[in-house]
Amino acid sequence: MTRAHDLGGRDAGAIPEKEDAVIFHADWHAKALAMNLACGALGAWNIDASRFAREQLKDYATLSYYEKWMAALANLLVERGVLSEAELAGNVARAPLSPKALRAAAVPAAMRKVIPYTRPDGPAPQFKTGDRVRTLPAPGPGHCRLPAYAAGRVGTIISSHGNHVLPNSNARFKGENPQPLYTVEFTATELWGNEAEAGDDTISLDLWQPYMRPL
Amino acid sequence: MPHDHTEPHSLLPSEPELRARALETILVQKGLVDPAALNALIDTYQNDIGPQNGARVVARAWVDPAFKARLLEDATRAIAELGFIGRQGEHMVAVENTLEVHNMVVCTLCSCYPWPVLGIPPAWYKSDAYRARAVKEPRAVLAEFGVAVLEGQKVRVWDSSAEVRYLVLPMRPEGSEGLEEDALAALVSRNAMIGTALAGPL
Repeated sequence: MTRAHDLGGRDAGAIPEKEDAVIFHADWHAKALAMNLACGALGAWNIDASRFAREQLKDYATLSYYEKWMAALANLLVERGVLSEAELAGNVARAPLSPKALRAAAVPAAMRKVIPYTRPDGPAPQFKTGDRVRTLPAPGPGHCRLPAYAAGRVGTIISSHGNHVLPNSNARFKGENPQPLYTVEFTATELWGNEAEAGDDTISLDLWQPYMRPL
Repeated sequence: MPHDHTEPHSLLPSEPELRARALETILVQKGLVDPAALNALIDTYQNDIGPQNGARVVARAWVDPAFKARLLEDATRAIAELGFIGRQGEHMVAVENTLEVHNMVVCTLCSCYPWPVLGIPPAWYKSDAYRARAVKEPRAVLAEFGVAVLEGQKVRVWDSSAEVRYLVLPMRPEGSEGLEEDALAALVSRNAMIGTALAGPL
């Protein structure tokens, strides 16, 4: 796993077009987003699987943002058996609109639908606000949402969010495996040492219990 | 047929505009996507759901101390009072800028963003440069955006690594005391609610 997507702390240049008010810079950007949302509604994968599909792209570093969205969508459609490779290559027999397909009239309600990621089940919280923790020495394999820059670091729990779906297993369709989620605050000095701009500045991350150990 | 090591997407045209058109044609022919639904989705995020929503939340918090208290206590519920609910806003947290603290939000691993209050993220928020730099050199990034961190002000960066989504509550600009809620909302830019701008000017 190269974690090409794990960008925090890397060297990079100037930030582009800061006052940009254009929502979609090309029609195909809008279509790429809309196709992702419409296909997501088919229910063949979950949000963690779609993020995992994007970060696994071999050309992650060179594809533009919405190119990543289209490529990952195409891969998922085949991997989840929604389309065959022959169909993706363009050999599609015409079919009536599937009952699962998102209808235009249902779009506003679908986008306003609240589907929480909290779950009533899962282990009891091991930590409370104020506790100090150390994160795992490295992000786990697969879809692990511990950024490399915060691995092996000491932070403080500043809030608890109850049990949330664990992306690591959900992205692989191995169950939601809900785990306590916390906001963990790190000082800039803890993360960046003497490269920190101001030692008292903080960086906070939302991390699941298995991502850390008691200090 | 592709070789084993080839990703399925390589079966589509590589040029993005052609690729989008080809994929849409396939999905529509197969009956998986209603083209009218694609247009409705685009229209929703082009016209209905955007930073104008978040600006109303901020303006309400500025004029209504009880609402502000609820927003800081349980942002998801307080924002729902104004009708802003749904996709990518399921677990909201509001963070308040003060003379002591300046907050800014990033998603270093992808592009997580509070859609019901801010809409679709701008290209800069999704850029490699912002994702890479916001956590390591937030003050340099803020300077690039023209934001001067005050003497004694601490910078707090929120990296959205789970399904919690952050809204920055900017400081109310000086001189805005007489303004009504609608006029106040007009002072609240998208960037101010990400933390890369201040509210105002009047």
